[in-house]
Amino acid sequence: MALMRITSPHAHGPLSTAMVMRTVLLATLPGIVALVHFFGFGVVVNILWACLVAVGCEALVLKLRKRPLGFYLNDASALVTATLLGIALPPYAPWWLIAVGVSFAIIIGKHLYGGMGYNPFNPAMLGYVVLLISFPLEMTTWGAPLGINQVGAPGLLTALQACFMPASVDIATMATPLDLLKQNDSLLIANLWTQQPVFGRWAGLGWEWVNIGFLAGGAWLLYKRIFTWHAPVTMLASLTLLAAIFYDSGSSASGGSPAFHLLSGGTMFAAFFIITDPVSSAVSNRGKLIYGAAIGALIYIIRVWGNYPDAVAFAVLLMNFVAPFIDHYTQPRTYGHSKGGGRSS
Amino acid sequence: MTAMLELVAQNPFIAALLALVGLGLVFGALLGYAAVKFRTEGNPISEQINAILPQTQCGQCGYPGCRPYAEAIADGEAINRCPPGGEGTIAQLADLLDVEAIPLDAEHGEEKAAASVAFIREDECIGCTKCIQACPVDAILGAAKQMHTVIASECTGCDLCVEPCPVDCIDMISEEVTLQTWHWELPSPTDPLIIASDRDDMSSDKERAA
Amino acid sequence: MRKIYDIHGGIHPLENKHQSLQVSSTPAGIPPQLFYPLSQHIGAPAKAVVSVGQKVLKGELLAAADGFISVPIHASTSGVITAIEPRPVPHPSAMPAPCIVLDSDGLDTWIEHSGVEDYTQLERSALLQLIRDSGIAGMGGAGFPAAVKLGVNPERGRINTLLINGTECEPYITADDILMREQAEAIIAGIHILTHLVEPTEILLGIEDNKPEAIAALRAAAAGTAIDIVVFPTKYPSGGEKQLIEIVTGKQVPSGGLPADIGIVCQNVGTIYAIYRAVTYGEPLISRMTTVTGNAAAHPRNYEVLLGTPMSWLLDLAGYDAKRNQRLMMGGPMMGFTITDPSVPVVKTTNCLLAPTVEELPAPDPAQACIRCGMCAEACPASLLPQQMYWFAQGKEFEKLEAHNLFDCIECGACSYVCPSNIPLVQYYRAAKAEIVQMRNDHAKSEHSRTRFEARQERLDREAAEKEAQRATRKAAAEQRARDAAAGDGVEDPVQAAIARAKAKKAGQAEPAASADPAQAAIEKAKATRAASADLAPEDKARQDLQKLRERAEKSRARLTESREAGAQDKVIEALDASVLKLDEKIATAVAAMADQGWSENPQQAPADPAQAAIERALAKRAAQAAAPALSPREQLQKNLQSVEKSLQKATAKLAEAEQENSDKVEVLQQSVQKLTTKQSQVQAELTALED
Repeated sequence: MALMRITSPHAHGPLSTAMVMRTVLLATLPGIVALVHFFGFGVVVNILWACLVAVGCEALVLKLRKRPLGFYLNDASALVTATLLGIALPPYAPWWLIAVGVSFAIIIGKHLYGGMGYNPFNPAMLGYVVLLISFPLEMTTWGAPLGINQVGAPGLLTALQACFMPASVDIATMATPLDLLKQNDSLLIANLWTQQPVFGRWAGLGWEWVNIGFLAGGAWLLYKRIFTWHAPVTMLASLTLLAAIFYDSGSSASGGSPAFHLLSGGTMFAAFFIITDPVSSAVSNRGKLIYGAAIGALIYIIRVWGNYPDAVAFAVLLMNFVAPFIDHYTQPRTYGHSKGGGRSS
Repeated sequence: MTAMLELVAQNPFIAALLALVGLGLVFGALLGYAAVKFRTEGNPISEQINAILPQTQCGQCGYPGCRPYAEAIADGEAINRCPPGGEGTIAQLADLLDVEAIPLDAEHGEEKAAASVAFIREDECIGCTKCIQACPVDAILGAAKQMHTVIASECTGCDLCVEPCPVDCIDMISEEVTLQTWHWELPSPTDPLIIASDRDDMSSDKERAA
Repeated sequence: MRKIYDIHGGIHPLENKHQSLQVSSTPAGIPPQLFYPLSQHIGAPAKAVVSVGQKVLKGELLAAADGFISVPIHASTSGVITAIEPRPVPHPSAMPAPCIVLDSDGLDTWIEHSGVEDYTQLERSALLQLIRDSGIAGMGGAGFPAAVKLGVNPERGRINTLLINGTECEPYITADDILMREQAEAIIAGIHILTHLVEPTEILLGIEDNKPEAIAALRAAAAGTAIDIVVFPTKYPSGGEKQLIEIVTGKQVPSGGLPADIGIVCQNVGTIYAIYRAVTYGEPLISRMTTVTGNAAAHPRNYEVLLGTPMSWLLDLAGYDAKRNQRLMMGGPMMGFTITDPSVPVVKTTNCLLAPTVEELPAPDPAQACIRCGMCAEACPASLLPQQMYWFAQGKEFEKLEAHNLFDCIECGACSYVCPSNIPLVQYYRAAKAEIVQMRNDHAKSEHSRTRFEARQERLDREAAEKEAQRATRKAAAEQRARDAAAGDGVEDPVQAAIARAKAKKAGQAEPAASADPAQAAIEKAKATRAASADLAPEDKARQDLQKLRERAEKSRARLTESREAGAQDKVIEALDASVLKLDEKIATAVAAMADQGWSENPQQAPADPAQAAIERALAKRAAQAAAPALSPREQLQKNLQSVEKSLQKATAKLAEAEQENSDKVEVLQQSVQKLTTKQSQVQAELTALED
């Protein structure tokens, strides 16, 4: 056997891109379990169907781009996009809604920009926003947090029916806590809490546990060093800070308590699974601090003063725009250089 | 005054118009100020072009030296007439002048893979000084009826001394890669060990073509 | 306890050091043939001072340092020099390079040598010279001449810290470890020599905490001295000079600067040991400790190897199984480079020979797209942004690469190691660095050429101006003379004048170099040749070439006779003779070639020289005129009239045309028509007068 001539280093660490993706997928489990527990099997159907469509789209585009299928499908990045979008979409969404969102995310959000690693925007959030703008009604209808073991809660079969034959079933829906809070302009927060059944201990019923689930998954990813703490921490911190500043101890015009915001909607999901998407975010640690903080602030601003009930997708996409700009100004100080950026001598 | 304010308040169209015009004025003033304040005192364009040209002074472009060609480019001459500079120079010129990079004009010669230097076979040199006169950078030493020699470090490899030599004793020797000058190349997309993944799969294209 | 600082980034690859540490080091013996590459250090290659066939003794100088940044090379055993020629050398390019080949005689006879009795009595410069003459280059892997590093330029400031590098952070390598275990006393003694040389205020020896035996041995040997053994946690690449400095002092070497800029000089323990041997025993650097390890070697261990020993010799000793090995490396798995020919020799920088099995270090997987995960930035010890630099290197955006401090990359490989997409990042940086350096050099050279060109241009202009001035004076003088001669019968035969003009023109064509800038002339000539040869059929071209060759032969012959008559030097005559001969030969070949092609040497219609033809035409015309019976004045006038009328007709037609087209030539044409009309009437008048 001829001896190889290649450049150093010759040793390679244990990590591979496919492994990173699989770890991320695994980390979504606690959140998914919580979602299933409170909202039924809808989310599972969402994810499975989304994954199927995603792999199909990915294979189609790879074929068109004349790339080896096995090599690229193996990195599992399409599954991650699909899973994240499947989680973000309302459970019991009709099949075509999911298909449109996922195919937009994969084909336009990812491959038209050059494939994995080249997309300037988070594909999942792109798909989500397209759906939110195009089909606002379907996108804001959330299943009621009935709990899986309660009477009347939809089972797996119903969930499948709801997805593929949307006309044949009727799923109990409710406004989300964020929605209610936005529409409320007469009640004190405390009264709202007691009047509406969707509120739980700190935030929405079920929502708080879903968020805690994603928080747990995110903590595990942090422990596995899949991403750094910078962006999630500053995002949560800025959201908390703004919520604390504008929380006038619960008047009718109040934006809600910090705990409410932290555990509502897609807060934790965004903090650990969306804004940590490395491709579309800022790269340096200082840049990530700014990136995360800005997303946190935007989420609060859009939630409280904007037109949409939840704001994660818009906040992330807006900051995707800004990421290269942040990168330009947050280049870390290289070894042997003075703080000003020039060479110290 | 109040009447005007009222008019504006009642007609959102006028308000929008005013706002836009105001914005336009403000930004226009800003841009104008920036243009004056931060104006770059650049070299004349021919200077910048000349700095990019390889300064071999070989005349293959049809101009007697690099500066004349630089001036010609500044006056609109094609940027693809410099074989010693090759694609790299064309790309830089295209970048500077903000035009499309075009392939090298083969009429003026081809890009050589490696730089070369002239070498006089000194036994055969008759000391005619013809090459000395032809050398654009005074890189040949010698006097009439004395042997001449090329100062290798000053030679630009322009070839101009080869033609005038009456006894054909000048060779162009290409510079060889040594341990000191060798370096790794950028990983190529066709390297079987390294598939830079988002490139066209060239090997399969070739197979199809075959 | 000294404060330990942390460096940014770093990785923890599998250490794999235990394999080669099971047994103590052993001498590798004397191979039958040894190779000494002239370039095995940073700087100019050494210059061979021995000749083929020469007998040399162990320790004898083989090649001398060539310049300041260079080191000499010594024979590592006694024997005969059998060749000085390019051979395979350990280098990532796998290119052969000049080597001195020594056939050992097996006697291992030392040249006479002795150490320094008391180095403290020695002048600093003499001690430095001794280190320099012993051929000591940095043995940690880079191979920078030790004496250059130690002979600190006083301008850079005082050296406060002497830092000894015993880190050895690369996986697999244990050469320094075993040296520190076995030669702790010698190393401490060596440090004392350096202390005497650089007179630092503090002496530190940095070592990772994964070498407890070495630490214990060193601590025991250094007890009671001022040497501070600094132990810090294992992390790759803490053994990099800049990183080690930061770990033990908290200071950073300024970018583009040297450790000396912040008062530190750093040396590897292997180098210290070599210096100790050189000073105490007078032995030049002829052997070193080399680790042979990897699972394809049955007996991994450290060998005391004579420099120049072929690696295949070492591999045989270690029970190397070529079948299980896919890549052979000199150095460690992080910064070492691959060897494609196991016959390359061990050199001054060969700290390790790594022969892993395929399972141990599998071939790299194909690279995937960068997902900008940022793990490389986390691992980078220089706090760079490798993923950004990768983008820029791919797009060859060299300015941006420099703005991202590409040149502060130490190529440690930590980024490639952690990259989940298997991108060969380091290769991108190496290639980009080399291209940037090349561009800088090219640009410097072109700037230099430009100034030379402009200087020459100025000189030529000046000379031309001087000549012009001289010519003007001469012309004035000539005119004066002409006026003095006061107008003789200046009427010349017009045909004769035309001939002269044509001749002058021809001469001018033949030698434009005389007046114009020779470079310009050469360009034009070359262009003309190129254009001409492009248009010519091969047959014509061959003919033309032959013609040229003939002309040149003629010229050379003329010059030969000329110089013979002038009594030129024999050498010149010989050269001319040779060139005439050569040209004759060439002519013969060309004629033969043309004959082969069936081309005749003379074309059907001889391409006449235009000037010559003009002359001939003029002569013929004149002859015809002379031969024809003289026309009577009347006939002459009639003829004139005819021609004028003809011209007038033509001019009028043209004018009409121009008027129709409203061209701007109308005025000119009108004038000419007028003129012609006047002339016509004149001739008419003359004719009538004659007829009358």
